[in-house]
Amino acid sequence: MAKVIYKFGDDISTDIIYPGRYMATVLPSETPQFAFDDIKELNKLLNTEKTDETRVILAGKNFGCGSSREQAASCLKGHNLTIVARDFARIFLQNSINLGLRTVICPEIEAEVGDELEILNDKVINKTQGKEFPIVPLPKARQAIVDAGGLIPYTQKILKQRMGIE
Amino acid sequence: MGQTIVQKILARATSRQSVDVGEVLEPAVDTAMSHENAALVMNQFQEIFAGLGRPAKVWNPNRIAIIFDHRVPAESKKTATNQKKIRAFVAEQGITKFHDIRGDEGGICHQILPENGYVLPGYVVVGTDSHTTTHGALGAFAFGIGATEMASVWALGNVLNVEVPDTIKVVVEGELPKYVQPKDIILHLIGKISAEGANFKVLEFHGSTIRNMSTSGRLTLCNMAVEAGATSGIVPPDQETIRFLREEAGVTGDIELIAPDEGAKYCQVVEIDASTLVPQIACPHTVDNVKPVTEVEGLKVDQIVIGSCTNGRLDDLETAANILRGKKVARGVRMLVFPASFKIYQKALELGYVNDLVKAGAVVMNPGCGPCLGVHQGALGDKEVALATTNRNFKGRMGNPESDVYLCSPAVAAASAITGMITNPQKGGF
Ligand code: SF4
Repeated sequence: MAKVIYKFGDDISTDIIYPGRYMATVLPSETPQFAFDDIKELNKLLNTEKTDETRVILAGKNFGCGSSREQAASCLKGHNLTIVARDFARIFLQNSINLGLRTVICPEIEAEVGDELEILNDKVINKTQGKEFPIVPLPKARQAIVDAGGLIPYTQKILKQRMGIE
Repeated sequence: MGQTIVQKILARATSRQSVDVGEVLEPAVDTAMSHENAALVMNQFQEIFAGLGRPAKVWNPNRIAIIFDHRVPAESKKTATNQKKIRAFVAEQGITKFHDIRGDEGGICHQILPENGYVLPGYVVVGTDSHTTTHGALGAFAFGIGATEMASVWALGNVLNVEVPDTIKVVVEGELPKYVQPKDIILHLIGKISAEGANFKVLEFHGSTIRNMSTSGRLTLCNMAVEAGATSGIVPPDQETIRFLREEAGVTGDIELIAPDEGAKYCQVVEIDASTLVPQIACPHTVDNVKPVTEVEGLKVDQIVIGSCTNGRLDDLETAANILRGKKVARGVRMLVFPASFKIYQKALELGYVNDLVKAGAVVMNPGCGPCLGVHQGALGDKEVALATTNRNFKGRMGNPESDVYLCSPAVAAASAITGMITNPQKGGF
């Protein structure tokens, strides 16, 4: 089960997710503290309330637009979040997949903060409201990276083949 | 079936005759560009090889470009240390296209690549920067990727999982009226199709206005293609491309002009009549919140910024110098100018533009990203308003979420500096 902890509208840029002033921080493990740093209540919620429950951030269209900074994906991954959006900007989506941040494309999603969601392979069930919404599956190519466990293992697989390493 | 220009480039990069939209490819990369975020790429790159137990070696040190621009000179010890580590990596790997903080060859990555001939028509160019779309102005398929993806490119020489994108044909016809600039065309287009109107697609620019446009203007158009969500923007290369590459970029080798087929299939066609445009303004806090200048005229501004990879080229400085020559920046307004590269800076010195701007009261800063991304130089105070020729006005972009950023052309920025409010230069007196 997953719980919606925050709800956004459309066009949330990577400047909001991970402000440019922290871009000198490059180690993925150091990025989560700066997630949504300009939205104080959300930053606080993420950094103080630790829970084992899957937490969902809900967004409208074009989530992650703007800069290609990968920290915008690594900072969210570090908080064990799932992002459910109506759709995502291209580079952010690719970065999320490369790093293993769970992103769910759900064009018709309706939910409010506090709602309990069940996220299946093909749909999101909003248990609180008793409604279901279909998920757009990842393109095959992107699924292959997810299946390999991210882009680093996927690249290692190809390199091994090229170098003839078993 | 006819192919778009990007289909043809991807076919070439995968040694195929043709490719279909939606296919997934692993094209060979011609130029792979990073800036200070090479520090993160290095981290991921080492991780790839650590897992294999082999020494980390880039696939081709001559095809990797690293340019310091986002925080130059370094604004913190963290940045300075990252830059130091990157220098050591560049030396160790023998990377040749490295541009450090220097007055003879430094600048913003999206200016350094074109002006040094690092991009040719038909190239596949990837960069760890979303505005890598810029290089489509030279007829390359150029797009932004993340740091881990770049680490993978450094290791393999291929970019994995590129879906052949659909292409939107943008046809721009007619002569641009006085003080209407390439920036106004792209702002108008983004306003028209929205910030995600071209998500996952390519914008291919056609029409007489584009044919008559200098490479500088085409770089502005393609630079902002990403603000409509596009994977890339592209201009079919022509005689002007050859002129630029030969005369301004010093390219001596073969240049192949690649063109879309007659029967190429486009998912959408957008037509723009350039002759009817007025200067455009993107209002806070999204780039697609575009209005004609006539609707926002008179708004008081605190800071004017001319520069960036969008509008920091010689002709942009020329426009500003022509408007400001012999005039004064209004009291209470801070005007910051940052040329896109030191080559441009030097030419602007020789031509007297820097003198014109400084005498008017502008501050000419060192080439680099400057205030554009809000990490150092030119931050805004609470409730302040900036009018900038940069490409993004997201909340907090210039370092303060309590401020407003409006985007415009160099002509509008320069005229507004004189009056201290958003001003239409067409109104006369400039
Ligand atoms: S000038 Fe601005 S938009 Fe261009 S590369 Fe630098 S930070 Fe990015």
